[in-house]
Amino acid sequence: MGKMTIDDLKKIKEQTSEETSLRHGAANVKIIVHMGTCGIAAGAREVMNALMDEMGQTDRQDIRVMASACLGMCSSEPNVTVAVEGEEPIVYQHMDANKMRQVFRRHVLEGEVQTDFALARG
Amino acid sequence: MKELALHILDVAENGITAGADRICITVEEDRTENRMEISIADNGRGVPEDVMKRITDPFYTTRTTRRVGLGLSLFEDTARRCGGSMTIDSEPGQGTRVTATFVHDHIDRPPLGDMAGTLMTLIYSNPEGDLVYRSHSGDGEIVIDTKQVRKQFNNRPITDPDVFRHLMKQMEQIKT
Repeated sequence: MGKMTIDDLKKIKEQTSEETSLRHGAANVKIIVHMGTCGIAAGAREVMNALMDEMGQTDRQDIRVMASACLGMCSSEPNVTVAVEGEEPIVYQHMDANKMRQVFRRHVLEGEVQTDFALARG
Repeated sequence: MKELALHILDVAENGITAGADRICITVEEDRTENRMEISIADNGRGVPEDVMKRITDPFYTTRTTRRVGLGLSLFEDTARRCGGSMTIDSEPGQGTRVTATFVHDHIDRPPLGDMAGTLMTLIYSNPEGDLVYRSHSGDGEIVIDTKQVRKQFNNRPITDPDVFRHLMKQMEQIKT
């Protein structure tokens, strides 16, 4: 193999970044933070920030985080829905940063539904 | 809402729901004029004329899951309570701009709050879209533009760990 040029390096960089993007492909777990006015006023932003932090610490590429609107259950906000592929989605209620971390580590990563915080199934 | 940054998050989320892929948030603090102005502009689908008439009515919403719509009503109320006002300009198909003004040292004016948290939440929950944040005060100007950041990283996705870390670092400058 001859000498590497800047162009070669650029190519490698592009390829690697493409691969990284590809890993953003299939989603097996969806985490939806409900961020209507009610959710935001009740602390959904702190829940989302804790979730971002947890996401930054995992290598799992099949987890998607989304923000969506109010569920219509404003009194139990902040609500978070965890939908694992092939399982019924679980809606968690009255979430905060610590509960979010627990749900992420135990339910999302290990598959163990945290019934103490759950509001509903489906 | 305890912080203006939460109102900003709420209004900007409306823009994302309206299909916007570019949100511009501006915060201007003019202490000599004792005035603060916040504007949130999006390029979403805009607000139809009939909805605009009732948009700040707390008992009006386009949603069907509940009968109240409080986001803009609360923001307007906060602005008015602080000696200011809120205006909404919208062009169907072009986008919407919400502008609120406040008397800067008004005793009821909530603090701006965790703007970094608001921006990171917006960026993370809408990774395909772009966000521009501009703040201007006596201390100078801060601009954060996700398009510029992505360009720096050869258009890698914003959720890419390197890009994300870089953004987090940028946010340090607006942390109070």
